[in-house]
Amino acid sequence: MKRFLIPLAVFIILVGFLAVGLKLDPHEVPSPLIGKPAPAFSLPVLADPAGRFGPTQMRGKVWLLNVWASWCASCREEHETLLDLAQRAIVPVYGMDYKDRPADAEAWLNRLGNPYAATVVDRDGRVGIDFGVYGVPETYVIDKAGVIRYKLTGPLTRENLEDKILPLVRELKK
Amino acid sequence: MRRCLLTLVLWLPLAAMAGEAKPLAQDPVLEQRMIRLSEDLRCLVCQNESLAGSHADLAEDLRQEIREQLRAGKSDEQVIAYLTQRYGDFVLYKPPLKPLTWLLWFGPFALLAGAAGGFYVYFKRRGERLAGESLSDEEKRRVAALLDDGGSVS
Repeated sequence: MKRFLIPLAVFIILVGFLAVGLKLDPHEVPSPLIGKPAPAFSLPVLADPAGRFGPTQMRGKVWLLNVWASWCASCREEHETLLDLAQRAIVPVYGMDYKDRPADAEAWLNRLGNPYAATVVDRDGRVGIDFGVYGVPETYVIDKAGVIRYKLTGPLTRENLEDKILPLVRELKK
Repeated sequence: MRRCLLTLVLWLPLAAMAGEAKPLAQDPVLEQRMIRLSEDLRCLVCQNESLAGSHADLAEDLRQEIREQLRAGKSDEQVIAYLTQRYGDFVLYKPPLKPLTWLLWFGPFALLAGAAGGFYVYFKRRGERLAGESLSDEEKRRVAALLDDGGSVS
């Protein structure tokens, strides 16, 4: 009887590893930018030819940077959540229109509603590369010192907003 | 005159093709370096493809970025550092050796050593157990009978 215990234990450990492995999402790549200052940029603001926006303007504030595009289907999916978040006015959300035609982006916001305090246009995706963007939508939580504290790849949902992002925002605002 | 014009017109598409292939022909050495570098880098969008082989939009942008950085005189290491700063070690097909990846690099060898140790202990104990056993009188008689019997048959 005892001789079966060791193989059984090994088997159970293996099953444990496989079970955890099944639940991991290979598309969630940990960002090396967490805990580092948000890359500097100064980009034109959508629908405001004279305006420019960059992270330095947000010093002293906790804010979200949401990377989106009008061609991105999951962005449509998270839009309701963003609109809801904007209405609650807990934290300012800035948009980054990633590799998109500004006219398309404007039409998109006019049609679906605009949750963003402002949207910057990253036409060629250069700033996106600096942020390590690899799958829109992506959302970054940036603290008062301009440091990236959290990154979400994929659409915002009520769950990840309430469970992860908003508690962190409240903590950072203190 | 007309024939000459026709020939000229027929040559036009060839000129157009030559124009499109230009970036590669412009600096084949640099292009080779870019391809060699990006073969060891993972495309973030389609993760089983290298940056060199992927048709994803982001891969194209990153190849262009690598191209430009190489043209600006950056070394291979600098380009790789640029990418890992943004996308993490995940972009490297060959992960670097550091405390976080020790398990990855040495895990298989540790498993092998553990298995070898286990086998060693098992066979050693088995040998000791078998050496300690002796046959009873009854068993000795059966062995002798079997050997004798076998001898007479052959």
